[in-house]
Amino acid sequence: MSFQVIMGQLAGGLVKSIEIFALTLIFSLPLGLLVSFGRMGKNRVIRSLVWFYISVMRGTPLMLQLLAVYFGPYYIWGMKLGRAWRFMAIIIAFSVNYAAYFAEIYRSGIESMPPGQYEAARILGYSKTSTFFRIIFPQVVKRILPSVTNEVITLVKDTSLAFSLAYAEMFTIAKQIAAKETSFMPFLAAALFYYVFNAIVAFLMERIESALNYYT
Amino acid sequence: MAILEMNHIKKSFDSLEVIQDISLKVEQGEVLSIIGPSGSGKSTLLRCATFLETIDAGEIRYLDERVAWVEPDGTRQYPKKDQLRKVCSCFGLVFQSFNLFPHYSVLKNIVDPMVHNQKRNKTEAVNEAMELLGRMGLKDKADAYPCQLSGGQSQRVAIARALALNPKILFFDEPTSALDPELTGEVLKVIRSLADLHIAMVIVTHEMSFAKEISDHIIFMDKGVVEVEGSAQDVFEADHERMQAFLGKLAH
Ligand SMILES: Nc1ncnc2c1ncn2[C@@H]1O[C@H](COP(=O)(O)OP(=O)(O)O)[C@@H](O)[C@H]1O
Ligand SMILES: [Mg+2]
Repeated sequence: MSFQVIMGQLAGGLVKSIEIFALTLIFSLPLGLLVSFGRMGKNRVIRSLVWFYISVMRGTPLMLQLLAVYFGPYYIWGMKLGRAWRFMAIIIAFSVNYAAYFAEIYRSGIESMPPGQYEAARILGYSKTSTFFRIIFPQVVKRILPSVTNEVITLVKDTSLAFSLAYAEMFTIAKQIAAKETSFMPFLAAALFYYVFNAIVAFLMERIESALNYYT
Repeated sequence: MAILEMNHIKKSFDSLEVIQDISLKVEQGEVLSIIGPSGSGKSTLLRCATFLETIDAGEIRYLDERVAWVEPDGTRQYPKKDQLRKVCSCFGLVFQSFNLFPHYSVLKNIVDPMVHNQKRNKTEAVNEAMELLGRMGLKDKADAYPCQLSGGQSQRVAIARALALNPKILFFDEPTSALDPELTGEVLKVIRSLADLHIAMVIVTHEMSFAKEISDHIIFMDKGVVEVEGSAQDVFEADHERMQAFLGKLAH
Protein backbone atom coordinates (compact mmCIF):
# COMPACT_ATOMS: atom_id res chain seq x y z
CA MET A 1 0.00 0.00 0.00
CA SER A 2 1.52 3.31 -0.99
CA PHE A 3 2.14 6.14 1.39
CA GLN A 4 -0.48 8.23 -0.32
CA VAL A 5 -3.16 5.55 0.02
CA ILE A 6 -2.37 5.20 3.69
CA MET A 7 -2.55 8.95 4.22
CA GLY A 8 -5.79 9.07 2.27
CA GLN A 9 -7.37 6.37 4.41
CA LEU A 10 -6.16 8.04 7.58
CA ALA A 11 -7.55 11.36 6.40
CA GLY A 12 -10.90 9.68 5.96
CA GLY A 13 -10.62 8.49 9.55
CA LEU A 14 -9.61 11.96 10.64
CA VAL A 15 -12.87 13.36 9.27
CA LYS A 16 -14.75 10.88 11.45
CA SER A 17 -12.61 11.87 14.45
CA ILE A 18 -13.40 15.51 13.81
CA GLU A 19 -17.10 14.66 13.62
CA ILE A 20 -16.96 12.98 17.01
CA PHE A 21 -14.99 15.92 18.39
CA ALA A 22 -17.31 18.61 17.07
CA LEU A 23 -20.58 16.88 17.93
CA THR A 24 -19.34 16.09 21.43
CA LEU A 25 -18.55 19.74 22.05
CA ILE A 26 -21.82 20.94 20.57
CA PHE A 27 -23.80 18.69 22.90
CA SER A 28 -21.66 18.58 26.02
CA LEU A 29 -20.98 22.28 26.48
CA PRO A 30 -24.66 23.29 26.90
CA LEU A 31 -25.50 20.02 28.65
CA GLY A 32 -22.68 20.62 31.11
CA LEU A 33 -24.16 24.02 31.98
CA LEU A 34 -27.52 22.41 32.64
CA VAL A 35 -25.87 19.74 34.76
CA SER A 36 -24.00 22.38 36.77
CA PHE A 37 -27.34 24.06 37.52
CA GLY A 38 -28.63 20.76 38.86
CA ARG A 39 -25.47 20.35 40.91
CA MET A 40 -25.86 23.81 42.46
CA GLY A 41 -29.66 23.90 42.61
CA LYS A 42 -31.98 24.03 45.58
CA ASN A 43 -33.53 20.61 45.07
CA ARG A 44 -31.64 18.11 47.20
CA VAL A 45 -32.76 15.04 45.30
CA ILE A 46 -31.61 16.47 41.98
CA ARG A 47 -28.39 17.66 43.56
CA SER A 48 -27.51 14.18 44.87
CA LEU A 49 -28.48 12.48 41.60
CA VAL A 50 -26.33 14.89 39.65
CA TRP A 51 -23.50 14.42 42.09
CA PHE A 52 -23.74 10.65 41.59
CA TYR A 53 -23.83 10.96 37.80
CA ILE A 54 -20.73 13.19 37.80
CA SER A 55 -18.82 10.89 40.12
CA VAL A 56 -19.60 7.86 37.93
CA MET A 57 -18.59 9.70 34.76
CA ARG A 58 -15.34 10.80 36.30
CA GLY A 59 -14.69 7.61 38.25
CA THR A 60 -15.00 5.02 35.49
CA PRO A 61 -13.11 4.67 32.20
CA LEU A 62 -14.65 6.38 29.21
CA MET A 63 -14.00 3.23 27.21
CA LEU A 64 -16.22 1.28 29.57
CA GLN A 65 -18.91 3.93 29.26
CA LEU A 66 -18.74 3.65 25.48
CA LEU A 67 -19.26 -0.10 25.69
CA ALA A 68 -22.08 0.34 28.20
CA VAL A 69 -23.97 2.80 25.98
CA TYR A 70 -23.41 0.71 22.85
CA PHE A 71 -24.26 -2.73 24.25
CA GLY A 72 -26.50 -1.69 27.14
CA PRO A 73 -29.76 -1.45 25.22
CA TYR A 74 -29.28 -4.98 23.85
CA TYR A 75 -28.20 -6.69 27.05
CA ILE A 76 -30.71 -4.92 29.25
CA TRP A 77 -33.78 -4.70 27.03
CA GLY A 78 -32.87 -6.99 24.17
CA MET A 79 -33.15 -4.07 21.78
CA LYS A 80 -31.58 -4.63 18.38
CA LEU A 81 -30.40 -1.27 17.19
CA GLY A 82 -29.36 -0.70 13.61
CA ARG A 83 -26.03 0.26 12.12
CA ALA A 84 -26.45 3.95 12.85
CA TRP A 85 -26.53 3.14 16.57
CA ARG A 86 -22.76 2.73 16.71
CA PHE A 87 -22.15 6.35 15.86
CA MET A 88 -25.02 7.58 18.00
CA ALA A 89 -23.76 5.56 20.97
CA ILE A 90 -20.34 7.15 20.57
CA ILE A 91 -21.75 10.67 20.50
CA ILE A 92 -24.04 9.99 23.45
CA ALA A 93 -21.29 8.44 25.57
CA PHE A 94 -18.80 11.17 24.78
CA SER A 95 -21.31 14.00 25.31
CA VAL A 96 -22.61 12.64 28.58
CA ASN A 97 -19.07 12.03 29.83
CA TYR A 98 -17.71 15.41 28.82
CA ALA A 99 -20.81 17.18 30.15
CA ALA A 100 -19.86 15.90 33.60
CA TYR A 101 -16.38 17.37 33.35
CA PHE A 102 -17.66 20.64 31.91
CA ALA A 103 -20.32 20.84 34.63
CA GLU A 104 -17.66 20.83 37.32
CA ILE A 105 -15.72 23.48 35.45
CA TYR A 106 -18.81 25.67 35.07
CA ARG A 107 -19.61 25.18 38.72
CA SER A 108 -16.19 26.24 39.92
CA GLY A 109 -16.37 29.29 37.66
CA ILE A 110 -19.86 30.28 38.76
CA GLU A 111 -19.03 29.80 42.43
CA SER A 112 -15.92 31.93 42.08
CA MET A 113 -17.97 34.97 41.05
CA PRO A 114 -18.06 37.64 43.77
CA PRO A 115 -21.55 38.07 45.29
CA GLY A 116 -21.26 41.81 44.66
CA GLN A 117 -21.89 41.22 40.96
CA TYR A 118 -25.24 39.56 41.72
CA GLU A 119 -26.15 42.25 44.22
CA ALA A 120 -25.30 45.11 41.89
CA ALA A 121 -27.28 43.45 39.12
CA ARG A 122 -30.26 43.00 41.38
CA ILE A 123 -30.24 46.62 42.53
CA LEU A 124 -29.99 47.75 38.90
CA GLY A 125 -33.13 45.82 38.03
CA TYR A 126 -31.79 42.80 36.17
CA SER A 127 -33.98 39.72 36.39
CA LYS A 128 -32.41 36.47 37.56
CA THR A 129 -32.09 35.19 34.01
CA SER A 130 -30.60 38.41 32.65
CA THR A 131 -28.23 38.56 35.59
CA PHE A 132 -26.95 35.15 34.72
CA PHE A 133 -26.68 35.50 30.99
CA ARG A 134 -25.64 39.16 30.74
CA ILE A 135 -23.50 39.66 33.83
CA ILE A 136 -22.34 36.38 35.30
CA PHE A 137 -21.91 33.94 32.43
CA PRO A 138 -19.68 36.09 30.19
CA GLN A 139 -17.29 36.55 33.09
CA VAL A 140 -17.45 32.86 33.94
CA VAL A 141 -16.49 31.98 30.38
CA LYS A 142 -13.36 34.05 30.66
CA ARG A 143 -12.45 32.50 33.99
CA ILE A 144 -12.90 28.90 32.92
CA LEU A 145 -11.41 29.10 29.46
CA PRO A 146 -8.02 27.62 30.44
CA SER A 147 -9.69 24.59 32.06
CA VAL A 148 -12.02 24.19 29.09
CA THR A 149 -9.02 24.28 26.76
CA ASN A 150 -7.48 21.40 28.71
CA GLU A 151 -10.61 19.32 28.33
CA VAL A 152 -10.95 20.11 24.65
CA ILE A 153 -7.39 19.00 23.99
CA THR A 154 -8.02 15.81 25.93
CA LEU A 155 -11.12 15.27 23.83
CA VAL A 156 -9.09 15.35 20.62
CA LYS A 157 -7.06 12.43 21.92
CA ASP A 158 -10.05 10.69 23.51
CA THR A 159 -11.81 10.43 20.15
CA SER A 160 -9.43 7.52 19.52
CA LEU A 161 -11.33 5.56 22.18
CA ALA A 162 -14.08 5.04 19.63
CA PHE A 163 -11.83 2.26 18.31
CA SER A 164 -13.24 0.14 21.15
CA LEU A 165 -16.52 0.03 19.23
CA ALA A 166 -14.61 -0.62 16.01
CA TYR A 167 -15.79 2.69 14.65
CA ALA A 168 -13.71 3.75 11.67
CA GLU A 169 -12.17 6.90 13.11
CA MET A 170 -8.52 7.64 12.57
CA PHE A 171 -7.00 5.45 15.25
CA THR A 172 -9.05 2.41 14.28
CA ILE A 173 -7.95 2.79 10.68
CA ALA A 174 -4.32 3.26 11.66
CA LYS A 175 -4.52 0.01 13.62
CA GLN A 176 -6.08 -1.85 10.70
CA ILE A 177 -3.47 -0.69 8.22
CA ALA A 178 -0.66 -1.36 10.66
CA ALA A 179 -1.86 -4.95 11.10
CA LYS A 180 -2.28 -5.52 7.38
CA GLU A 181 1.03 -3.99 6.35
CA THR A 182 2.95 -5.05 9.45
CA SER A 183 4.25 -1.52 9.63
CA PHE A 184 4.51 0.99 12.42
CA MET A 185 4.29 3.88 9.98
CA PRO A 186 0.47 4.32 10.12
CA PHE A 187 0.70 4.93 13.85
CA LEU A 188 3.34 7.60 13.33
CA ALA A 189 1.19 9.22 10.69
CA ALA A 190 -1.85 9.10 13.00
CA ALA A 191 0.21 10.63 15.79
CA LEU A 192 1.17 13.44 13.47
CA PHE A 193 -2.48 14.02 12.52
CA TYR A 194 -3.53 14.14 16.18
CA TYR A 195 -0.68 16.48 16.92
CA VAL A 196 -1.60 18.90 14.17
CA PHE A 197 -5.29 18.66 15.06
CA ASN A 198 -4.44 19.61 18.62
CA ALA A 199 -2.11 22.38 17.56
CA ILE A 200 -4.97 23.93 15.61
CA VAL A 201 -7.35 23.52 18.56
CA ALA A 202 -4.81 25.08 20.93
CA PHE A 203 -4.28 27.96 18.53
CA LEU A 204 -8.03 28.64 18.26
CA MET A 205 -8.51 28.50 22.02
CA GLU A 206 -5.64 30.92 22.47
CA ARG A 207 -7.28 33.27 20.01
CA ILE A 208 -10.51 33.16 22.00
CA GLU A 209 -8.60 33.78 25.21
CA SER A 210 -6.83 36.80 23.84
CA ALA A 211 -10.10 38.11 22.41
CA LEU A 212 -11.40 38.12 25.99
CA ASN A 213 -8.33 39.88 27.30
CA TYR A 214 -9.83 43.31 26.86
CA TYR A 215 -10.72 43.32 30.55
CA THR A 216 -9.47 41.77 33.76
CA MET B 1 -43.71 63.00 51.60
CA ALA B 2 -41.43 60.46 53.19
CA ILE B 3 -39.39 58.67 50.53
CA LEU B 4 -38.31 55.95 52.93
CA GLU B 5 -39.55 54.89 56.29
CA MET B 6 -38.20 51.97 58.27
CA ASN B 7 -40.11 51.14 61.40
CA HIS B 8 -38.98 48.88 64.22
CA ILE B 9 -36.66 46.88 62.01
CA LYS B 10 -34.98 43.82 63.47
CA LYS B 11 -32.52 41.53 61.82
CA SER B 12 -30.53 38.59 63.15
CA PHE B 13 -27.94 36.31 61.64
CA ASP B 14 -28.42 33.01 63.43
CA SER B 15 -28.45 34.08 67.07
CA LEU B 16 -26.63 37.37 66.47
CA GLU B 17 -29.02 40.33 66.65
CA VAL B 18 -27.45 42.74 64.19
CA ILE B 19 -30.33 45.24 64.02
CA GLN B 20 -32.38 45.68 67.16
CA ASP B 21 -35.51 47.75 66.64
CA ILE B 22 -34.32 50.57 64.41
CA SER B 23 -36.62 53.19 62.92
CA LEU B 24 -35.72 55.96 60.53
CA LYS B 25 -37.32 58.26 58.01
CA VAL B 26 -35.99 60.09 54.98
CA GLU B 27 -37.97 62.91 53.40
CA GLN B 28 -37.71 64.09 49.82
CA GLY B 29 -34.33 65.73 49.19
CA GLU B 30 -33.12 64.92 52.67
CA VAL B 31 -29.65 63.60 53.48
CA LEU B 32 -29.28 61.12 56.31
CA SER B 33 -25.86 59.96 57.43
CA ILE B 34 -25.30 56.85 59.45
CA ILE B 35 -22.13 56.65 61.50
CA GLY B 36 -20.85 54.13 63.98
CA PRO B 37 -18.08 51.64 64.63
CA SER B 38 -17.48 48.77 62.28
CA GLY B 39 -19.72 45.79 62.97
CA SER B 40 -22.52 47.93 64.37
CA GLY B 41 -24.95 46.89 61.61
CA LYS B 42 -24.81 49.87 59.26
CA SER B 43 -24.35 47.82 56.11
CA THR B 44 -26.98 45.37 57.21
CA LEU B 45 -29.44 48.21 57.68
CA LEU B 46 -28.82 49.45 54.11
CA ARG B 47 -29.06 45.91 52.81
CA CYS B 48 -32.42 45.51 54.51
CA ALA B 49 -33.62 48.78 53.02
CA THR B 50 -32.60 47.61 49.54
CA PHE B 51 -33.99 44.08 49.97
CA LEU B 52 -30.60 42.42 49.76
CA GLU B 53 -31.46 41.06 53.19
CA THR B 54 -34.91 40.26 54.52
CA ILE B 55 -36.06 41.79 57.78
CA ASP B 56 -37.12 39.72 60.79
CA ALA B 57 -39.48 42.30 62.22
CA GLY B 58 -40.86 45.73 61.40
CA GLU B 59 -41.92 47.38 58.16
CA ILE B 60 -40.35 49.21 55.24
CA ARG B 61 -42.28 51.93 53.45
CA TYR B 62 -41.34 53.62 50.21
CA LEU B 63 -43.21 56.73 49.00
CA ASP B 64 -45.67 56.37 51.87
CA GLU B 65 -46.62 52.89 50.84
CA ARG B 66 -45.92 49.87 52.97
CA VAL B 67 -43.96 47.51 50.73
CA ALA B 68 -42.36 44.98 53.06
CA TRP B 69 -43.27 43.96 56.56
CA VAL B 70 -43.36 41.10 59.00
CA GLU B 71 -46.68 39.92 60.37
CA PRO B 72 -47.05 39.45 64.13
CA ASP B 73 -46.88 35.68 63.57
CA GLY B 74 -43.49 36.13 61.93
CA THR B 75 -44.39 35.70 58.25
CA ARG B 76 -42.52 38.03 55.94
CA GLN B 77 -44.45 39.96 53.34
CA TYR B 78 -42.31 41.06 50.43
CA PRO B 79 -43.58 42.43 47.13
CA LYS B 80 -43.96 39.97 44.28
CA LYS B 81 -42.11 40.17 41.01
CA ASP B 82 -43.81 43.08 39.24
CA GLN B 83 -44.33 45.22 42.27
CA LEU B 84 -40.82 44.43 43.44
CA ARG B 85 -39.48 45.80 40.16
CA LYS B 86 -41.47 48.97 40.66
CA VAL B 87 -40.36 49.46 44.25
CA CYS B 88 -36.74 48.68 43.46
CA SER B 89 -36.71 51.24 40.68
CA CYS B 90 -37.14 53.98 43.26
CA PHE B 91 -33.83 53.34 45.01
CA GLY B 92 -30.19 52.95 44.05
CA LEU B 93 -27.24 51.63 46.00
CA VAL B 94 -23.58 52.55 45.75
CA PHE B 95 -21.30 49.88 47.18
CA GLN B 96 -18.02 50.28 48.98
CA SER B 97 -16.37 48.05 46.38
CA PHE B 98 -18.13 49.66 43.35
CA ASN B 99 -19.25 46.37 41.80
CA LEU B 100 -18.97 47.64 38.27
CA PHE B 101 -19.39 45.00 35.58
CA PRO B 102 -15.81 44.39 34.40
CA HIS B 103 -16.78 43.00 30.99
CA TYR B 104 -18.77 46.12 30.07
CA SER B 105 -17.26 49.45 29.12
CA VAL B 106 -17.95 52.42 31.37
CA LEU B 107 -20.69 53.60 29.02
CA LYS B 108 -22.28 50.16 28.78
CA ASN B 109 -22.24 49.79 32.56
CA ILE B 110 -24.52 52.82 32.69
CA VAL B 111 -26.56 52.29 29.54
CA ASP B 112 -27.25 48.56 29.76
CA PRO B 113 -29.56 48.72 32.80
CA MET B 114 -31.37 51.73 31.32
CA VAL B 115 -32.05 49.98 28.04
CA HIS B 116 -32.37 46.38 29.12
CA ASN B 117 -34.24 46.86 32.39
CA GLN B 118 -36.01 50.17 32.04
CA LYS B 119 -36.68 49.72 28.32
CA ARG B 120 -35.42 53.17 27.51
CA ASN B 121 -34.56 54.20 23.99
CA LYS B 122 -30.92 53.38 23.28
CA THR B 123 -29.88 56.69 21.73
CA GLU B 124 -31.57 58.64 24.47
CA ALA B 125 -29.93 56.47 27.11
CA VAL B 126 -26.49 56.95 25.58
CA ASN B 127 -26.97 60.72 25.47
CA GLU B 128 -28.09 60.82 29.05
CA ALA B 129 -25.25 58.57 30.18
CA MET B 130 -22.72 60.79 28.41
CA GLU B 131 -24.18 63.82 30.12
CA LEU B 132 -23.92 62.09 33.49
CA LEU B 133 -20.33 61.10 32.77
CA GLY B 134 -19.65 64.72 31.94
CA ARG B 135 -21.04 65.76 35.29
CA MET B 136 -18.75 63.22 36.95
CA GLY B 137 -15.78 64.56 35.01
CA LEU B 138 -15.40 61.27 33.17
CA LYS B 139 -16.48 62.03 29.64
CA ASP B 140 -13.16 60.77 28.23
CA LYS B 141 -13.56 57.44 30.05
CA ALA B 142 -16.78 56.36 28.31
CA ASP B 143 -15.03 53.67 26.28
CA ALA B 144 -12.64 52.56 29.01
CA TYR B 145 -13.13 49.33 30.94
CA PRO B 146 -13.43 49.32 34.75
CA CYS B 147 -9.99 47.70 35.10
CA GLN B 148 -8.49 50.81 33.56
CA LEU B 149 -9.98 53.17 36.15
CA SER B 150 -8.72 54.40 39.49
CA GLY B 151 -10.84 53.70 42.54
CA GLY B 152 -12.19 57.24 42.57
CA GLN B 153 -13.14 57.03 38.90
CA SER B 154 -14.77 53.63 39.42
CA GLN B 155 -16.86 54.95 42.25
CA ARG B 156 -17.97 57.94 40.19
CA VAL B 157 -19.01 55.58 37.40
CA ALA B 158 -20.94 53.53 39.94
CA ILE B 159 -22.70 56.69 41.09
CA ALA B 160 -23.50 57.64 37.51
CA ARG B 161 -24.84 54.15 36.88
CA ALA B 162 -27.14 54.41 39.89
CA LEU B 163 -28.27 57.92 39.00
CA ALA B 164 -29.07 56.98 35.42
CA LEU B 165 -32.04 54.96 36.62
CA ASN B 166 -33.59 58.06 38.20
CA PRO B 167 -33.91 56.79 41.75
CA LYS B 168 -35.85 58.77 44.32
CA ILE B 169 -33.31 57.85 46.93
CA LEU B 170 -29.68 56.76 46.82
CA PHE B 171 -27.95 54.64 49.44
CA PHE B 172 -24.19 54.83 49.88
CA ASP B 173 -22.35 52.19 51.89
CA GLU B 174 -18.98 53.70 52.81
CA PRO B 175 -18.44 55.00 49.27
CA THR B 176 -14.91 56.19 49.96
CA SER B 177 -13.62 53.51 52.32
CA ALA B 178 -11.95 51.48 49.57
CA LEU B 179 -10.20 54.54 48.13
CA ASP B 180 -6.77 55.98 48.64
CA PRO B 181 -7.08 59.14 50.76
CA GLU B 182 -6.16 61.41 47.87
CA LEU B 183 -9.10 60.02 45.84
CA THR B 184 -11.87 60.42 48.41
CA GLY B 185 -12.21 64.13 47.67
CA GLU B 186 -13.35 63.67 44.09
CA VAL B 187 -16.06 61.21 45.14
CA LEU B 188 -17.27 63.33 48.05
CA LYS B 189 -17.49 66.30 45.71
CA VAL B 190 -19.79 64.35 43.41
CA ILE B 191 -22.00 63.24 46.29
CA ARG B 192 -22.16 66.82 47.53
CA SER B 193 -23.34 67.93 44.10
CA LEU B 194 -26.19 65.41 44.31
CA ALA B 195 -27.32 66.90 47.60
CA ASP B 196 -27.60 70.21 45.79
CA LEU B 197 -29.94 68.50 43.31
CA HIS B 198 -32.20 67.46 46.19
CA ILE B 199 -31.92 63.75 45.72
CA ALA B 200 -32.65 61.97 48.97
CA MET B 201 -29.61 60.11 50.25
CA VAL B 202 -28.66 57.75 53.03
CA ILE B 203 -24.92 57.68 53.52
CA VAL B 204 -22.89 55.35 55.69
CA THR B 205 -19.56 57.05 56.12
CA HIS B 206 -16.52 57.50 58.29
CA GLU B 207 -15.83 60.96 56.82
CA MET B 208 -17.09 63.00 59.75
CA SER B 209 -16.51 66.50 58.46
CA PHE B 210 -18.26 65.50 55.25
CA ALA B 211 -21.19 64.01 57.16
CA LYS B 212 -21.47 67.11 59.29
CA GLU B 213 -21.51 69.40 56.32
CA ILE B 214 -23.88 67.47 54.05
CA SER B 215 -26.40 65.84 56.41
CA ASP B 216 -29.80 67.09 57.44
CA HIS B 217 -29.90 64.30 59.92
CA ILE B 218 -27.35 61.98 61.49
CA ILE B 219 -27.71 58.64 63.21
CA PHE B 220 -25.02 57.17 65.43
CA MET B 221 -25.40 53.40 65.62
CA ASP B 222 -23.71 50.98 67.89
CA LYS B 223 -24.33 47.23 68.28
CA GLY B 224 -27.50 47.35 66.23
CA VAL B 225 -29.09 50.20 68.15
CA VAL B 226 -29.52 53.88 67.35
CA GLU B 227 -27.68 55.55 70.19
CA VAL B 228 -27.81 59.18 69.11
CA GLU B 229 -29.75 60.94 66.41
CA GLY B 230 -30.61 64.45 65.37
CA SER B 231 -29.27 67.33 63.34
CA ALA B 232 -25.58 67.28 62.51
CA GLN B 233 -24.76 69.79 65.17
CA ASP B 234 -26.83 68.12 67.87
CA VAL B 235 -25.28 64.75 67.23
CA PHE B 236 -21.67 65.84 67.18
CA GLU B 237 -22.16 67.82 70.35
CA ALA B 238 -24.18 65.17 72.15
CA ASP B 239 -22.81 64.06 75.45
CA HIS B 240 -22.66 60.37 74.64
CA GLU B 241 -19.63 58.56 75.88
CA ARG B 242 -19.29 55.77 73.32
CA MET B 243 -19.95 58.11 70.43
CA GLN B 244 -17.43 60.63 71.61
CA ALA B 245 -14.92 57.80 72.05
CA PHE B 246 -15.70 56.67 68.50
CA LEU B 247 -15.30 60.20 67.11
CA GLY B 248 -12.12 60.61 69.07
CA LYS B 249 -10.66 57.45 67.58
CA LEU B 250 -11.52 58.57 64.04
CA ALA B 251 -9.84 61.91 64.58
CA HIS B 252 -6.47 60.21 65.11
N1 LIG C 1 -24.47 37.53 56.00
C1 LIG C 1 -24.07 37.55 57.29
N2 LIG C 1 -24.04 36.43 58.02
C2 LIG C 1 -23.66 36.43 59.30
N3 LIG C 1 -23.29 37.54 59.96
C3 LIG C 1 -23.29 38.70 59.30
C4 LIG C 1 -23.69 38.78 57.92
N4 LIG C 1 -23.58 40.06 57.52
C5 LIG C 1 -23.16 40.76 58.60
N5 LIG C 1 -22.98 39.95 59.66
C6 LIG C 1 -22.57 40.38 61.00
O1 LIG C 1 -23.41 41.42 61.40
C7 LIG C 1 -22.70 42.41 62.13
C8 LIG C 1 -22.92 43.76 61.50
O2 LIG C 1 -22.31 43.79 60.25
P1 LIG C 1 -22.40 45.04 59.29
O3 LIG C 1 -23.82 45.36 59.04
O4 LIG C 1 -21.57 44.73 58.09
O5 LIG C 1 -21.71 46.18 60.15
P2 LIG C 1 -21.10 47.56 59.67
O6 LIG C 1 -21.49 47.83 58.26
O7 LIG C 1 -21.64 48.57 60.64
O8 LIG C 1 -19.62 47.42 59.83
C9 LIG C 1 -21.27 41.97 62.14
O9 LIG C 1 -21.00 41.34 63.37
C10 LIG C 1 -21.17 40.98 61.01
O10 LIG C 1 -20.20 40.01 61.29
MG1 LIG D 1 -20.28 48.04 56.57
